[in-house]
Amino acid sequence: MIAAGATRTSRGRSDTAFRLLSMAAGMLVLAILVAIVVSMTQRAWPAFSKEGLGYFTRDKFDQVGNVFGVRAYVFGTVVVSTLAIAFAVPISIGIALFVTEVAPRRLRFWITTAIDVLASVPSVVFGLWGFLVLRPHLDDLYRWLHGHTASVPVLRSLFGPSGGGSSFMTAGLIVGLMIVPIITSVTREVFLTVPRNDKDGALALGATRWEMIRGVVLAHSGGGIIGAVMLGLGRAMGETIAIALVIGANPRVVANLFAAGEAMPSVIVRNLPEAGGTFQAALIGLGIVLVALTMLVNVAAKLLVARAERMRGAR
Amino acid sequence: MSTAVDLRGSALSRRRRWTNRIATASMLGAFGVAAVPLVLVLVDVAGKGVPVISAAWFTRNIPDVASSALATKFGASDVAPVVYGMAPAIVGTLLTTGLATVLAVPLGILGAVYLNEYGRSRRLARVLRFFSDVMIGVPSVIMGVFLYAVWVVPRGVDGRSAIAGALALGCLMLPIVVRATEEMLRLVPDSLREASLALGATTSRTTLTVVLPAALPGITSSCMLAVARAAGETAPLLLTIGSTRFLNTHLSGVNTALSTQIYANVTQPGGEPLAWGAALTLITLVVLCTVAARLITSRFALAPS
Repeated sequence: MIAAGATRTSRGRSDTAFRLLSMAAGMLVLAILVAIVVSMTQRAWPAFSKEGLGYFTRDKFDQVGNVFGVRAYVFGTVVVSTLAIAFAVPISIGIALFVTEVAPRRLRFWITTAIDVLASVPSVVFGLWGFLVLRPHLDDLYRWLHGHTASVPVLRSLFGPSGGGSSFMTAGLIVGLMIVPIITSVTREVFLTVPRNDKDGALALGATRWEMIRGVVLAHSGGGIIGAVMLGLGRAMGETIAIALVIGANPRVVANLFAAGEAMPSVIVRNLPEAGGTFQAALIGLGIVLVALTMLVNVAAKLLVARAERMRGAR
Repeated sequence: MSTAVDLRGSALSRRRRWTNRIATASMLGAFGVAAVPLVLVLVDVAGKGVPVISAAWFTRNIPDVASSALATKFGASDVAPVVYGMAPAIVGTLLTTGLATVLAVPLGILGAVYLNEYGRSRRLARVLRFFSDVMIGVPSVIMGVFLYAVWVVPRGVDGRSAIAGALALGCLMLPIVVRATEEMLRLVPDSLREASLALGATTSRTTLTVVLPAALPGITSSCMLAVARAAGETAPLLLTIGSTRFLNTHLSGVNTALSTQIYANVTQPGGEPLAWGAALTLITLVVLCTVAARLITSRFALAPS
């Protein structure tokens, strides 16, 4: 009996050790997140304290003049991710509906495989292709659009003169393509939670497939779709290297979507390796702004998707 | 004689029938809009990458294409033909991604074990799950900035190395591995755990000998997806490993990678063939990982009930 008791304690001890070890590994994620925020804030502090609120309201980001304001970069990121969302959302919802409601099983497999491959292509490859292959064609398209919308009030300023094809619009198109897989897979999950009975009911009442989709599937999935869109937005805002290659590295706030611009992640990656002093601090500070924005968007997205998926329980 | 209701599609009003057809066609069209650029990218990368790749590609250092382009431009007649090599970048990618995998996968699996086998729905587990998801959403460039701030800057010139790159990629992979592994552990039926516990095994022993082996194919495949994701990353590496044209098999010292070589060569005079070749090499690596992961999932992994 004593021996058995002894084994039990030693076994219990190794079990506790394993539990603590695994708990420590789990805590590591939290520790890294805290380290990211603390270390970056520390490094960026000189820029924040020097510029104050001007850091967010000025457009000038000038190493020589030692003036740092990030408004133009925030503007670029907002414009590019808005364009990307505008392109990607209808496409993604279309694909997700096709896969869940229309496509036969065999076709479904090939479509999801294609979307997986799209998701796995590295972003620098999209940047390479966008810069070397797509950009010249887009330049022609932009010139044509500019020429044909010169008399239309709003489009006149949005579709301004093309600056060689590197632009907000080009970046938006490329990033839009890149976030299609994430939005598609999340909306697909949401569509799969729509109760079978509701769909069958609509069809039994004589609805066509599209009427069923509009009346049942889409009506049921509003929150989940918004969550998926926010997740895509978070991804688009953080996208770096593809944007760095096709946006044209020209920070400014303009209405012309065909003009070259600059975004937050791309200016960091372009300049940080050679930066020193306040310039370095200002770039790392831009990283903090980026973390804050993407976290905000992602947390909101997560809450929306979680709420939508609780509907699954109601089934 | 009662008249049956006509249930054929042709009995629909013309407007309803056409709305339905147009809607279906646009869904297929949506797939086309995404698939066409994908195919174009793959075809271009294959078409422009294949001619660049030879045996030398895997063994030689990266050529100084900018100088050769300059010499040719100014009419030098004795410019030696450029031999395209990418060995340093291939080694660099394998080195950084490999080390990142060694660091992140065991820790990530352990973390997932805590979440699913011990924490379950406790407050700490829920908090960790939430922050793992938050960390997955943090842009990859931030991992580069983070390692740049805490590793490269304090060490000055020597800071840039494969280790710094691997740490950045490891930070990127960790939360992905945690959440994906947890999903796989959740698929292991509780009856297996209960059977093992009923035989007197502790939770740790049950986890190591019953739960993890049962979930292994799924874990392997999700880890391969995380590896594929890390191998394709550019921004974190650009800030942490530096750039060189020469082979460096050490973990210390400036290194290079396929992704950063693509980025650098897109805009470098004469660099386009290098960029396309590196893109083909990288895509092959990444797609192989992805396809293998899919095969493992469909053949061996536990399916959600």
